[in-house]
Amino acid sequence: MAGAIVLVGTRKGLVVARSDEGRRSWTVDPMQFANMEVSAVGIDQRRTPARIFAGVGAGHWGPRLSYSDDLCQTWTETEEAAIAFPEHTGAALARIWQIQPSLSEPDVVYAGVEPHALFRSEDGGLSFSLVEGLWQHPHRTTWTPGGGGACLHTVLTRADDPQWALVAMSAAGVYRTADGGASWEPANQGIQAVWLPEDQRFPEFGQCVHKVAMHPDRPSRLYAQNHFGVYRSDDGGDSWDAIENGLPSTFGFAMVVHPQQPNTVFGFPLEADGNRVPPEARCRVYRSEDGGDSWVGLSAGLPADPYYAAVLRDAMCTDGADPAGFYFGTRLGEVFGSVDDGDSWQTVVTHLPDVLMVRAAVLP
Amino acid sequence: MSARLVVPSMLRSCAGGAREVEVSGATLRAVLDDLAVRLPVLERRIRDERGVLRPHVLVFVDGVMVREDLDAPVRAGTEVLIAPAVSGG
Repeated sequence: MAGAIVLVGTRKGLVVARSDEGRRSWTVDPMQFANMEVSAVGIDQRRTPARIFAGVGAGHWGPRLSYSDDLCQTWTETEEAAIAFPEHTGAALARIWQIQPSLSEPDVVYAGVEPHALFRSEDGGLSFSLVEGLWQHPHRTTWTPGGGGACLHTVLTRADDPQWALVAMSAAGVYRTADGGASWEPANQGIQAVWLPEDQRFPEFGQCVHKVAMHPDRPSRLYAQNHFGVYRSDDGGDSWDAIENGLPSTFGFAMVVHPQQPNTVFGFPLEADGNRVPPEARCRVYRSEDGGDSWVGLSAGLPADPYYAAVLRDAMCTDGADPAGFYFGTRLGEVFGSVDDGDSWQTVVTHLPDVLMVRAAVLP
Repeated sequence: MSARLVVPSMLRSCAGGAREVEVSGATLRAVLDDLAVRLPVLERRIRDERGVLRPHVLVFVDGVMVREDLDAPVRAGTEVLIAPAVSGG
């Protein structure tokens, strides 16, 4: 097996860590995109070498998408803006939240952005077009921003059906298309919006979903971490059931599925929305090996108590390899990795700015 | 007519390293429209896709800050200076 590359998007730049074959020893490149918020990173492994995307917030100078075809040695920004709202929308790109290659269409790449919108590229990510079907959705004008913004932060596709896609937005909820993006329907049945009056807590949409995860070989099973509430769907999002037995809290952001085991899922619970620290100030990853029916806390190799940093929605990932590597980064600027399904963790890199996003791959 | 657009150091990579760029137009809007043709990457650091000045970008026309007024007149030899506001964290 070749080494892994771990891309860490932070509030003040991008850090790239590269490992040996065992994924236990790391070298860290100097920070790139200095003083810029790297809010999204994507790895398109359908290409050789992989194409790596960075959604960068350049402070005063606005957001942009850059890509690298040499594993982050050099970066390119297209002459025309890769992602821009068309004039008729009256909107302007505020932040790139997600970059996701399609599982079924070779040159298709999706981008989820703020304000709530989905963009689609058919040329490998060089130019994107607004998915008008979602933008024109009659619910859109009533969607509200979550604490992080009016973000479309999750895009899932299926290998067996290019017409199907799922997006998740804060605080609009989960929406699905079955016709290639022409029309979208909310898919939030069973998910609570706990801040609403008691008799209104299961609305059609408006939930504050934080992350949705899916195993590509079992697309009917979905996992969702919400703003209070952890859920599973076994029918592709038609309905959701709580999977919270054994969790110290139902609040959190991250949700990652094991690349070889569709029933194994990882999260990082936080105390509450009003106290976004690990429960009891203990740095713990929680893992379920039975589809969320039970959970166990994992801490071997993680920092000692007390630990007061959160893990954000995209700051946990897998490298997709077999055996799998798992990684997460915290708002204290620390990144940890595991190659034994979370039983033990090693430090990848520390002393970074707060971590917004972690993406990883094992590349040839 | 031709004016000089002064590029802040942190944006010079978008202008091939140049400190100044020659631009044409009778108003600030026209100058920025011209810049969008000549150097689109630089222009979109200054304005978003709606043509709105980014909120933390300052523009001075011959030393006078014109925060909202894209119709500010530009004459031959005018200096258009782009600067980041003192903001951030």
